[in-house]
Amino acid sequence: MQASPEIGQWLANCAALWLSAHMAHTPRTLYDKIWDAHVVERRDDGTCLIYIDRHLVHEVTSPQAFESLRAAGRKVRRPDLTLAVPDHNLPTTARRDAAGQRIPIADPESAQQLAALERNAPEFGIRLIGDADVEQGIVHVVGPEQGFSLPGATIVCGDSHTACHGGLGALAFGIGTSEVEHVLATQTLLLKQSKNMEVRVEGELGAGVTAKDVVLHICGVLGASGGTGYVIEYTGSAIRSLSLEGRLTVSNMAIEHGARAGLIAPDETTFAYLKGRPFAPKGEEWDKAVAWWRSLATDPGAKYDKVVVIDAADIVPSVTWGTSPEDVVPITGVVPAPESFTDPSKQQAAQKSLDYMGLTPGQRLEEVEVQNVFIGSCTNSRIEDLRAAAAVIKGRKKADNVRWAIVVPGSGLVKRQAEEEGLDRIFIEAGIEWREPGCSACLAMNPDKVPAGERCASTSNRNFVGRQGPGARTHLVSPAMAAAAAVTGKLTDVRKLTSA
Amino acid sequence: MEPVKEVAGRAIPFGRKNVDTDVIIPAHWLKTITRDGLGRGAFEALRQDPDNLFDSPEFKGSPILIAGDNFGCGSSREHAAWALLDLGITAVIAPSFSDIFSGNAFKNGILTVVLPQAAIDRLMEVAQTDPVTIDLESQTVTTPFQDRFSFEIDPFRKHCLLNGLDEVGLTLARGDAISDYENKSAGETPWLAKGVAA
Repeated sequence: MQASPEIGQWLANCAALWLSAHMAHTPRTLYDKIWDAHVVERRDDGTCLIYIDRHLVHEVTSPQAFESLRAAGRKVRRPDLTLAVPDHNLPTTARRDAAGQRIPIADPESAQQLAALERNAPEFGIRLIGDADVEQGIVHVVGPEQGFSLPGATIVCGDSHTACHGGLGALAFGIGTSEVEHVLATQTLLLKQSKNMEVRVEGELGAGVTAKDVVLHICGVLGASGGTGYVIEYTGSAIRSLSLEGRLTVSNMAIEHGARAGLIAPDETTFAYLKGRPFAPKGEEWDKAVAWWRSLATDPGAKYDKVVVIDAADIVPSVTWGTSPEDVVPITGVVPAPESFTDPSKQQAAQKSLDYMGLTPGQRLEEVEVQNVFIGSCTNSRIEDLRAAAAVIKGRKKADNVRWAIVVPGSGLVKRQAEEEGLDRIFIEAGIEWREPGCSACLAMNPDKVPAGERCASTSNRNFVGRQGPGARTHLVSPAMAAAAAVTGKLTDVRKLTSA
Repeated sequence: MEPVKEVAGRAIPFGRKNVDTDVIIPAHWLKTITRDGLGRGAFEALRQDPDNLFDSPEFKGSPILIAGDNFGCGSSREHAAWALLDLGITAVIAPSFSDIFSGNAFKNGILTVVLPQAAIDRLMEVAQTDPVTIDLESQTVTTPFQDRFSFEIDPFRKHCLLNGLDEVGLTLARGDAISDYENKSAGETPWLAKGVAA
């Protein structure tokens, strides 16, 4: 960093020569290839200046970044590669009154944060998809849906679930606010390459087993920090068989095993999903893009630093019992005893989790009653998720002990499609609320909260202490499992409702 | 950013594993549009307990936090780093950190020191009664009892911390290299270079 520009350039040239000499021969992973394609400069200590192709901005982690730019008199280098979408704070109740006027947001702090985004985006020349636009939604739903997120791209957002876009084969990861500022100002990040891990899921998924169950199972296998320092490529026939929506669900939770990012190689499923999306390449450029995307697949013989192989037959509908996403058991199982863990600190953590969750060792998960059901979040709020939930709920009613059940579509477009398919009627007739898009009760920054001491079967991604509201008890499940819980009033093996 | 050379003083023997950023600063504190004042919300749930370490006369305002494995996991919120700073914590010692948190900490001048569990156990013991010193230049953690633990740190991060360098300013100076990359990319992958202007 103190080196003269000449030395910097020389180093960059050396690196380029070295790369061109080695890349032709050394088999590379999907991650290696995307990384190599985005190196602006490589320092001698291995740190690289990496170009960022797509930057998603939301209202929570950006105000301080824009403020710093203003204070330093700095501009946004590529406003055209940046897309701003409010999602975390927005209420999921009606946003416009009958006359089309905006209904004021009750919480003054939420209103202030949303107003800051609406001020900052135009001031810095950034395109904003606002709360009145039908395209508005959770950034991680909007990016792929608009074709803003593309395979082989580097994508960042001040949100850890940016890993989601890896389902398209993009290198996508969450960043902090200082990095948001760095990307806004320079369109780059200074990074060291992570290690490569392959998580291979082979075989056929059983009936009632969804992408969410796959990733919850992986969380259980790897643990909450098993992926730290790695970028994980999910491979194998079970992953290939997933729809694009399902792949986004899997990659979304890469961060829940500590991985910097998740990746799934782009293939025909990916191309079919992207074709015709508003910002996806068109015509001749589309053909060139597809050829490039195909070339990104991991080369035969490429080395992963770690390989984990999972038999798809071992995966059943899953549920969390504790306060870390690694606390996963099959729905057919029981709450584990703290003594069953070998690590003493995990024993302690498990005891604390059980106290918080109000569960006792040996209790059958299927006996646990829930008072709340949340179907939504960047993990599970796409059309496929809503269809899966509606299929279980159709012809049934919400159980009486379920006090609050809401479905929050991931975007206005998902909402519109669901309404065209009549899914909204299925939910409403069952006594389940049909809401406007946003992050909602996944992290309870808006008014959607789970009361203290109550349980929620939730399709979100984190069961942390207080995540869905102070004292709230979260059980992470798939949309079909959440729907099953809504109609039975307790955690339920969805296969019992669908097999008949 | 202020240069960081040494962090010395009492260390909070927290020791907990998998401390997520929702624990460090719950989501309802994220509605701020400034970086200041988040210390009040730091470890909010834990501080409901009147006997918590963070508010005890002995550890209140201590500059060092000792934690367990995977500190700062979960959400990318930089508010976690700002909350620690506002609480007076400028260094965290743990067996491992989440990638995003350690980046956020670094960018705010908070030292994240990785030491093996055995060293953590010893420091937890010392911290009950005595201070701990982290010296960045020599990359060591020492105690008044001749304990001396060496730690690794990325040389670039060390250089930036010791000299208080602004990373955005450093990268802006590489503007020509970034432009060169953009020109090359516009030829090779034009669909990526094409934007979605406002």
